[in-house]
Formats: sequence, structure tokens, C-alpha cells
Amino acid sequence: MAKDRRPLSELEQSTDFVRRHIGPGEADIAAMLGVLGMKTLDELVEKAVPPAILAQPAYAEEGRDEARVLADARALAARNTVFKSMIGMGYYDCLTPPVILRNVFENPGWYTAYTPYQPEISQGRLEALLAFQTMVTDLTGMEIANASLLDEASAAAEAMAMCRRISKSGSNAFFVSRDCHPQTMDVVRTRAEPLGIEIVEGNHETDLDPAAVFGVLLQYPATGGEVVDLAATVEAAHQAGALVAVAADLLALALLTPPGEWGADIVVGNSQRFGVPLGFGGPHAAFFATRDEHKRQMPGRIVGVSVDKRGRPALRLALQTREQHIRRDKATSNICTAQVLLAVMAGLYAVYHGQPRIRAIAERVHRVATILADGLRRLDVTVANATWFDTLTVEVGDAAAVHGRAREAGVNLREVDGSTIGISLDETTTRADVENLWRIFAGADEAGFSVDDLDAEAASPVPDGLRRTTEFLTHPVFRRYHSETEMLRYLRRLQEKDVALDRSMIPLGSCTMKLNATTEMLPVTWPEFAALHPFAPLDQAAGYMRLIRGLEDMLCRITGFAAVSLQPNAGSQGEFAGLLAIRRYHRSQGSTDRHVCLIPSSAHGTNPASAILAGLEVVVVACDEGGNIDIADLVAKAEAHSDTLAALMVTYPSTHGVFEEAIVEICEIVHRHGGQVYFDGANLNAMVGVARPGEFGADVAHLNLHKTFSIPHGGGGPGIGPIGVARHLAPFLPTHRNLPGAEDGIGAVAGAPWGSAGVLAISWAYIALMGGDGLKRATEIAILNANYIAKRLAPHYPVLYTGPGGLVAHECIIDLRALEKSAGVTVDDVAKRLMDYGFHAPTMSWPVAGTLMIEPTESESRQELDRFCEAMIAIRREIGQIEDGEFGREDNPLVNAPHTLDDLIAEEWTRPYGRGVAAFPVKSLRDEKYWPPVNRIDQVYGDRNLVCACPPLDAYEEAAE
Amino acid sequence: MATQRYTKEHEWVRVDGDTATVGITDYAQEQLGDIVYVDLPDQGAALEKGAEAAVVESVKAANEVYAPMSGEVTEANPALADDPAKVNGDAEGEGWFFRLKVSDPGEADDLMDGDAYKEYLAGLD
Repeated sequence: MAKDRRPLSELEQSTDFVRRHIGPGEADIAAMLGVLGMKTLDELVEKAVPPAILAQPAYAEEGRDEARVLADARALAARNTVFKSMIGMGYYDCLTPPVILRNVFENPGWYTAYTPYQPEISQGRLEALLAFQTMVTDLTGMEIANASLLDEASAAAEAMAMCRRISKSGSNAFFVSRDCHPQTMDVVRTRAEPLGIEIVEGNHETDLDPAAVFGVLLQYPATGGEVVDLAATVEAAHQAGALVAVAADLLALALLTPPGEWGADIVVGNSQRFGVPLGFGGPHAAFFATRDEHKRQMPGRIVGVSVDKRGRPALRLALQTREQHIRRDKATSNICTAQVLLAVMAGLYAVYHGQPRIRAIAERVHRVATILADGLRRLDVTVANATWFDTLTVEVGDAAAVHGRAREAGVNLREVDGSTIGISLDETTTRADVENLWRIFAGADEAGFSVDDLDAEAASPVPDGLRRTTEFLTHPVFRRYHSETEMLRYLRRLQEKDVALDRSMIPLGSCTMKLNATTEMLPVTWPEFAALHPFAPLDQAAGYMRLIRGLEDMLCRITGFAAVSLQPNAGSQGEFAGLLAIRRYHRSQGSTDRHVCLIPSSAHGTNPASAILAGLEVVVVACDEGGNIDIADLVAKAEAHSDTLAALMVTYPSTHGVFEEAIVEICEIVHRHGGQVYFDGANLNAMVGVARPGEFGADVAHLNLHKTFSIPHGGGGPGIGPIGVARHLAPFLPTHRNLPGAEDGIGAVAGAPWGSAGVLAISWAYIALMGGDGLKRATEIAILNANYIAKRLAPHYPVLYTGPGGLVAHECIIDLRALEKSAGVTVDDVAKRLMDYGFHAPTMSWPVAGTLMIEPTESESRQELDRFCEAMIAIRREIGQIEDGEFGREDNPLVNAPHTLDDLIAEEWTRPYGRGVAAFPVKSLRDEKYWPPVNRIDQVYGDRNLVCACPPLDAYEEAAE
Repeated sequence: MATQRYTKEHEWVRVDGDTATVGITDYAQEQLGDIVYVDLPDQGAALEKGAEAAVVESVKAANEVYAPMSGEVTEANPALADDPAKVNGDAEGEGWFFRLKVSDPGEADDLMDGDAYKEYLAGLD
């Protein structure tokens, strides 16, 4: 027997995935610990984390290997049944063009990208988003659109808030048409209540008094299918000083007169049916469009066109001063992460199909709906709506019987009531489907006629006045890429322009850009997960139910909370839901006046923005010189507002990357004054398996599954922001009309019961793969990696704040403020110079202006950490050359960064450094160079000259000259 | 005769009879950087001294501008909509923000005069 023979059990070692997820190997871990003067990870954790909060992991499942987790996922999938769902209500099956599925949705080059705050290295996805915005403005007939919101229902709520901001009406009431999708009405109600807005629901023709409201929400076509002329309603509203928001169906707008042409002020909707899978409710990109005059009131991110230093058109995020990260409690919305990846897909669907195919798809859907209606009438079935695009409301004697026959045929219809059924057709509807429906409604084996028989006679019921006459998708980008080869190469070109995790570390503080493992991503596109309608009967979603319960349980055990809601589809949405739970809790305790929310000045902008949305008053708590919450100030403010204190919002570890030692005391102070502790879980990556917020004082927390739990960032979404609550808050979690218990909860915060259910499998898989030990190890390495970087950089850049033991948590802040005085160098300059080194910069100027916040995560190897440190150290040397006068302040490698190919091949080179220094400042770049496609972008020009749709091609031609 | 006064928040106000013209100082525009937009009050709006009157935006920041005196807004500078850069170029002249019909011209007495403001700025660094 060989001496080094290993037992079979060791050979079968099932924790291999942990090694795949975590960057450094054993030897590197030991070496990095050595650099910190430590021997073990336990020692590191003991020194870095305050003892008061340390806890043994409660989630102790063993990690499973990838093959096993995939098999388990398949078993879950097998418990789902994919019916043909014709339920509609804003969700319609569609065909994702395979070239987009494989090259975007399934491509880490696209899905691991971050929000495009460094626009020079994000031109690819910015261009795709610009196409999305242009598609939306074209189809809706409006002047400007944003780059997505979380879902149609919350977009409608945002529209309501925007109407309120703009309207000069003194009224506090908002009219919601009963033609709106029910889940939209629910979310609007949930969002209205804390803002003190009175919702009036009814028939827009008979129940609306325009003088009594500040705004109106309509649905076009109606949820029951009718295509109604709303121009007179809009006119009457405007006469009375009220604004009108219209929730519209994007595909219908290819055939119908768009709301922009009959006076709508805002148009919102779901872009899902443009090539994005149903996903049991999400993730989907909602669109939001308005008039140019209202652009500064529009929520969400907006992509705009500017120019770079060479005068070339370049894209960027425009008008950021509307948003929470700048405006905080005065922002237009609390939204941060949106639904970028899905917006990119919808925009590319329009690019690939162009006007002709989109119109053909719309006409086909409309035609089969008309044929269906004609056939039903021939069978003496009553079709209630006189007009339609794709949806019929049908009256029957016994709806239950019809639904029964439908189910037997593998079809889901919309349950309206005991004698009414809704049918929505879509891009995937076939002739066989229509003939099937006739048999279902006739209760017979044969209808007696075929689709072909009826086609010639089928007359569209849409009145002439409502037929679209204007062109759309006229920009060349929507006309060029219609062969798959052209599209494939276009996608590749766009991808090449961007830096995502497939190229290099993205050390953005507080974003936790860790590995999004392939195994985690695979189940998402299986039809059993992707093709379920959110309102399909739950017995068809048994696999999802098990996945959801499983994930809820995992998250409860990891965090120490008693219950979890997966409905919020972003951290900001979770904040809103959590604060609402707190408010409702106080009311249940008889305290109607608790409305003050204490928020540290270092908080993420979504915190105060969410507090405002939840109807709370923001009172800022100061931070001390160490960057920690100033306890004296906290005590003073808690005392001053003791009777009205609703909550404290705290991030832990702090947004400064520090495990504040006083956290337990902080929670106690708040509780003593009757407040609840809201815990912002953005930095949970420093705590999983090491501490549990539910146990050291938090009453409610949101988690960011797109940070800590591996859902890819997607370029700015999808995200999922579930909330965990202590037992006393469990009755106040979000509810949904489709689920029992809707009466006592806070209402719905998203249109679908489990929000972006389609990507929950990713986090479930991540936790299953890592197991309790693996999760703890990930946290340890996250802390190790951040401290290693801090240690290596400290001689060159001061590290701003540290915690216990002089250590940081999972991120560190380096202070560049002195360099502005000594060399005229800003964080922007360093960020742009990092692009030349092939890196995405760390978080700039937040939470402290003039600093960079670095979070490597546990997934980065020592090699990559060293490569980053070497780049930063080299940059510091370049800054030294400016300080010494070798380079002028106006002409040096930082101020001129990023350097492009155009710079390098220019005939003349007059800079005080060589071309090599410009583009290849370190040797390793010779083998692997990322070329920023544009030079530094003029942000000021972009905000002063706002262009948010695809510019004409001659703009590019002129620049090239 | 017009008197020019300054606030600690770096607004200037020029009072001529019962009309006051308000803007931000040259120091303020330099601190803010390139201005991309100014959100001005509506004509007819009633402003209390110290109330938020306008918002001035650069690419990365939005700052409130407060009414140095109480009054009713008679005019907002129409040039700023198309050319917010005027605030950077001539903050205390063509970059004015709005005019007020003031209720109490005496409110200006509490504010700093030119020399006092210069001293105040020197102390800030």
C-alpha cells in the first residue's frame, strides 16, 4: 500500500466548490495572514470583530458539490409544471431570441458588470440601454425615458409620486382606474398610504372628478382587454390641473395610437414581453417615460449622450442629481439598483426585430385574438369586451368548469370571478392553441371550424382613431442587426467595450462584486423555472414553493431573524418594506405618533430616501472623528424625539467598513426610547457565519442577494432585497392578493408575490454549494483580503478608518484628499488612471468625499489583489512625480487618463511621458490590455446638453473627422 | 441706492428700494464647480427669510439656496435655463437667480457687508 494513499472518503470530498468560489489558496492565505502578523483566520476574526456580536453559525448544513446541487435543482424544477399561461395582467410569454439568450443573459461579460458609474469603461451596456430608452420613447410617443424601474406596479407608484411633485393642484387625492391591473393598484395603495395620498378608485368615465385630484392612473389597453379612447379623459384632467399617468402595454403600442400622442404626462409599463422570460414574476425591466419638461422629476437612472475629450459622442448616466446617492432625502425616488440586464435584453429584442418584425408580431397576436373572439362568438360564448389588442374577457355559466377543462389541456386562464374568465394571447400563441381554446370553451371535441376558416373574415375591432399611424424604431440601430451574424458581432463589440468581472476585480466598496458561479446561474434558464407565470396556480409551482421556503429558512438561520419576505426586488425596496413594517408595528402597539427616523450621516443615500417614502421624518445623527456613530449625539437625539421615535437605520459593519464596537449599545439606546432598529444589510459579507444581526439587536434588516448572495449585478440589476424580521414584526411583512393573509400585512410592494422569483435559485444554489463552513470561510477571506490590501496600500495612501485591533472589516477607505492639494489630483483622476491599468475603480467619494472605498471580496486571488495594489502604488509614484514637478498639474498620466488607442496612434505626441507609460504603465499589460473605447467623458457637457435617445449617425461621422 | 449684502451660506442680495436681487457669490460658484442647472422659484412665490428658495446643481451635487430676505418672487433669471454657466462666469452680475419684492428692506441690515464677507471667507480656509 502506498504511503500517501488517501481514503476514498477524502477523494470524494464534497466541499470542492468552496475552493472554486474563494480566490486565494491555502498557501496564499497563510502568506497574507503573515503580512498582517497573524497565524490563523480565527485570530483575524477574533481581532477584527467585536466579541459582543460573535456567534456560532446557525446555518450548519454541509456544502454540496456542483453536480449534486445541480441534481437537487433539477429535482426542484421537476416539481414545477409548465402550463401554457394565458393569464396576462402584465405578464405575457414571449420568445427570447437565442442569440440574445446565449450572448447576453447567459454571458458573464454582460451579467457581471456593475452600474455604469465609470462610463468610459461601460460604453457597451450604456449603448444597449440607450437603445432601450429610445425604443420606449418611440413606442410610447413620449420625449424621454429612463433606463428601467423595478416593475410596472412600483413604476406606477413612482408616477403617482411624480404627479404629486409636479401638479399645482391643491388636492391630495390620486385617481386610479379600475381598468388597471389589480396588483398595480395594490402597490400604488401601499405606496400612497405613508405619503398621506388618498386613493380614489373607479371608472374613469363616470367616477373621476378631475378637479378633485392631482393625478390620474389609467391602463391602456385595460386589464380586461378593452382599447378605449382616453384622450377626452386626459384633456379633462389637464383642464383641471391634474396630471395623467398611463400604464401601457409595449407590444400593443406597435398597433395603437400611443399615449404620448393623446396627451399623457407619464407612461409606464413592463417590458418583459420583449424577449424576457416570465420567471414566475421577474426579474423584468419596467419602463418609465415622460415629457422633456418633467425630466428632472423623473426617477431612476437615465443614460445620456455627451462627448469625450476628443469630441467623440460618448454615453454616461445623466442628471444624477435627481437620485438618492446625491439628493438623499430630497431624491425623486429611493431607487438604486434597477433592472438593467433585463432592459438590455428588451432593447436588444427591439434592435434584433426592428419595426417590421415587432409590428408583425403585434399584428399576429392581435389577429389570433380576433380569430379567437370570432370563433368563441360562433360557439355562443359571450365576449364581454368590444375592442381588444390581445386580451378577451369572456362570460361563461360555470367558470370553474372551464378552468377545469383548461387545466386538463395544460392551459391557465385568468380567474376573474365565478362566471368570468380572461384570456391573453402572446407571441408564443399558435393556431393549435386557439383551436384548443375553442374546444375548452365549447366543452366539445371539435369546434367545427378552424383558424384558417376565420382568418379571412377576422376584422380588427380597434377603432380607426386608435390605430397607430406613426413610425417607430426608425433609428439605424434598429435596422441594421437583423441577421444573426450581424447581431452576434454587434453583441461581441458591445461586450468588448466593457469591464466586467470576467476581466478583472471590481473592488467597489459596499457592492460585494464576488463570483457569480456558473452552477448557480444554470437553473435560471431552465423552462421549469423560467416559463412560469407569476399568477399560475401554486400547485403548478411546487418546486418554486420548496425553493422559496428553503431559501427563506437558510436566510433566517444565517441572519438570526424569525421570518423573511423575498418579495422586495431591490435593497431600496426592502428598506421601504422594512420601514413600513416598523410603522405598522408601532400603530399596532397604539403608538400613532412615532414618525422620526434617525439616520447616521454616513448612511447610503437610499436610507433617507426610503424613510421619506415610508412617511418618516429624517433626523441625521452625526459621526465622530473615527467615522463611527457619535453616541452622545445619538443619545441626545433619541431623547429629544423619545416620544416620536420610530426607528434608527444602521449599516453594520458601518459604511466606513468598520465593525463599530458600540453596536449593541446603539441598539439598546434606540430600544430604550421605543424605537425599532432597522439594519441595512449591504455589508453582510463581513458577517455571514460570524455574527447574526437578529441576535445583537436588529429588529428588521434587508439583505442584498445581488451582493452577499451571488446574484450577478447585471450592470445595475436585477437585484433582490429581501427583509428579515424579528418575531414581533412578522405579521407586518409584505403580502400579496394571490396569497392568504393579505388583510393584516403592509400590502404588496411588488407586482409579483415573490418579486424577482426567477433568480432566487442563484442564491439558493450559492448557499447550498458553500454550506455553513464555506459561508463562514468566505467571510473570513473577505475580511482577510480587505485587510491585506489596506496593509499593502497604507504606506502610500492613508487608510481612513479602522476598527478593533486597527483592522478593517471587508472593505477599507483610502484617503486621497491631501493629493488634491499637493498635486491637483482628484479621485476621478485616479479612477480614470486605473482604467489604463485595466481596473474598474473602487467606490469614489462615498461615504467620504475625496476617498476610494475598496472591497475586494473573498473571490479574488492574491495575484489579483497584488496586481491591484501594484497599480495603486505605481499611480502613487506617478502622483509623486507631479508633486516633485516632473509632471505639470495640467499634463500628466492621471489628468490625461484614460488613454485610448486614438491617443497612442496620433502623429504628434507632446506629453511629458512616453506612449508606453500612457497605455502600458506595467509590463503585464503587454499580454493583456483593455482599451477604453473613449477618452474622459465631459460630464458637465452631458448635463447641460441633455440627449437621451440614440443620436443620429452623423454625430459619430463628424466626430471621426 | 443699492446695497449689497452677503449671507453665511454665500448668497448675495442687492436691495434697491423694495426690490431685492439674489444670487450666489463667486466663492460659492467656485466651490460648486461647473453648474449644469438652477431650479428657480416660481413667480409669485412667497418666501420667508431663510427658507429654501432655489437649488443649484453641478454634476455631482445639488445645493440649496436660501432666501436672504422675505418677500414675493417677481422674476426669475430667464437666461439661466439655457445657459447655467452664466453663474460660473458672472455669479454676482449676469448670473443672478431671482428678484423679490421685499416686505422689510431692514432685514438686510443683519447681513454681512462686503468687507465682513471677505473676512468671513478668509476665516473659512
